[in-house]
Amino acid sequence: MPDLRPMLPELFLFAWAIVVLLFGISRKERSGDSLIYLTLVGLVITGILIPIAGYGNLFGGTFVVDKFAAFFQIVFLFAAFFAVASSHGLMKKLSADRGEFFALILLSTTGMMLLASTLELITLYVSLELTTIPLFVLAAYRKDQLSSSEAGLKYLILGAVSSAILLYGISLVYGLTGTTFLQPALSRLIEQSVPMLLASGNVNMALVMAIVMMVAGFGFKLALVPFHMWAPDVYEGAPTPITSFLSVASKGAGVVAIARVFYTTLPAFHDVHWGTFVAVLAAAAMIVGNITAVLQSNIKRMLAFSSIAHAGYVLVGFVALPQGSTVPPYGPASLLFYMMAYLFANMGAFACVIAFEKNFGSYQIKDYHGLSKHSPGLAIIMTLFLLSLAGIPPLAGFMAKYYVFLAGWQQFPWLVIIGLLTSVIALFYYANIIMQMYFSRGETSLTKARYDRPLLLTLILTAVGTVAVGIYPEPILRFATEAVKVFPF
Amino acid sequence: MEISLAHYLALAAVLFGIGLFGVLTRRNAVGILMSIELMFNAVNINLVAFNRFVTPADFTGQIFSIFVIVVAAAEATVGLAIVLLIYRNFRDIFVDNINLMKW
Repeated sequence: MPDLRPMLPELFLFAWAIVVLLFGISRKERSGDSLIYLTLVGLVITGILIPIAGYGNLFGGTFVVDKFAAFFQIVFLFAAFFAVASSHGLMKKLSADRGEFFALILLSTTGMMLLASTLELITLYVSLELTTIPLFVLAAYRKDQLSSSEAGLKYLILGAVSSAILLYGISLVYGLTGTTFLQPALSRLIEQSVPMLLASGNVNMALVMAIVMMVAGFGFKLALVPFHMWAPDVYEGAPTPITSFLSVASKGAGVVAIARVFYTTLPAFHDVHWGTFVAVLAAAAMIVGNITAVLQSNIKRMLAFSSIAHAGYVLVGFVALPQGSTVPPYGPASLLFYMMAYLFANMGAFACVIAFEKNFGSYQIKDYHGLSKHSPGLAIIMTLFLLSLAGIPPLAGFMAKYYVFLAGWQQFPWLVIIGLLTSVIALFYYANIIMQMYFSRGETSLTKARYDRPLLLTLILTAVGTVAVGIYPEPILRFATEAVKVFPF
Repeated sequence: MEISLAHYLALAAVLFGIGLFGVLTRRNAVGILMSIELMFNAVNINLVAFNRFVTPADFTGQIFSIFVIVVAAAEATVGLAIVLLIYRNFRDIFVDNINLMKW
């Protein structure tokens, strides 16, 4: 019996999901409140267990908890916390099946946490599916709404196709190396196994194909252009708390998987120039995401396209590998920092959308006009999140963009220039909402917005996070820099 | 003639291509789910063939393919449940007609 201590948070979260499920079944008549608090308590305990469990590895190196894993696990737990806390309004609209909703969120979070700490391709694949299959169900959770079912179906079809493509890439890597373990020595294994494998000597071709298919598979999860088609529809149709969870946690899962695979096996794939390939995808995501976001009239769709653009910015940090001795805020660390900043700003923006929807029942951007007059608090806090997403100092989004671009400048100056130019476009559509809220004339018949307690908690915590990370980024940056030292750069 | 690794890989590639083509052209949601199964099974052929020819001494590829089968079954279950839900609401499972939101 191995010492399961490093796996404690995941095991606890899985058990807690079952507890929440049973609690939901046993008390059908109750409102969702007790379930929300029960789930939140579980997530907080899991967060406390992460430092207690400590670092280590299990099952012959299949499961490795290091600082990199811990960083992303914290991001996932925060995302799940905010998504659960902002789902009070949704619970009121559901007639039944409340326990399952939270249990599925917890199971998906368990999958993400496992994904962050796996160093083996079978486990990686199974964790990725544990992450996404509950999300398919959650996207289709409003059984009375056709748009929700449609979102679930579209997400499921494109998600399954992307995992098939990813799997095909993984099977090629397995065939070329004879192992499913991710390790820096993969290149030597390729040299050993290939002579008997392919007489034609077309090894590089097979390797390129494997990498393209794996990037495409992860690209779907990240909603990168041209694999982004599912994102706007799913974001629009899914229940809004799930949309917010998808936009941060699902993207984070894609980031953690792609970073683990490519950073760990870096020397093996060095000749293939995957960096340039991913850089082109990042540029496409920034351009298409930002330009299309300008055209949207539905705020959930707009945030979907903005999240596609943010995936592009994240990847600028991803491809900015350190060359020799570079200054501390280098690429991989800036990638981690960006996820943390994006987490608070995006979850906060979605919490505002949920508050607005709950009070006024609309997703249209034009309905936000005059918000500052009848609900000044919501207008101020929404402005804060939008400015952070746009990258205005001194908020978290600015520091994140600054570090990412600083890291990317050395290797991909053209990518950074595209990033800066598209940031200007981004400012246009974020500012449009702020203009609507503050400067539009005309009367509204709407009354002051009211919040339930968990949602208020989400709004306050995300706002504090956005400001704190922006003003005092050192601790997180130091943690991120430490975290990426696990990789062989 | 002996069947070599290349034959298996070609079979898998063709099967994968047929599956992908089916996903893109089928209009019936159940047909799309069946095409996705074809893609997963193409991967299984790849894994088992690589296991046989590259690492005959261990079972990594075979175990992997069992995991793929199990996960694909779970995915298909959720997929069929959503299709059933849509059929109850729309009375229709043709994806051309399921387009409240623009693609």
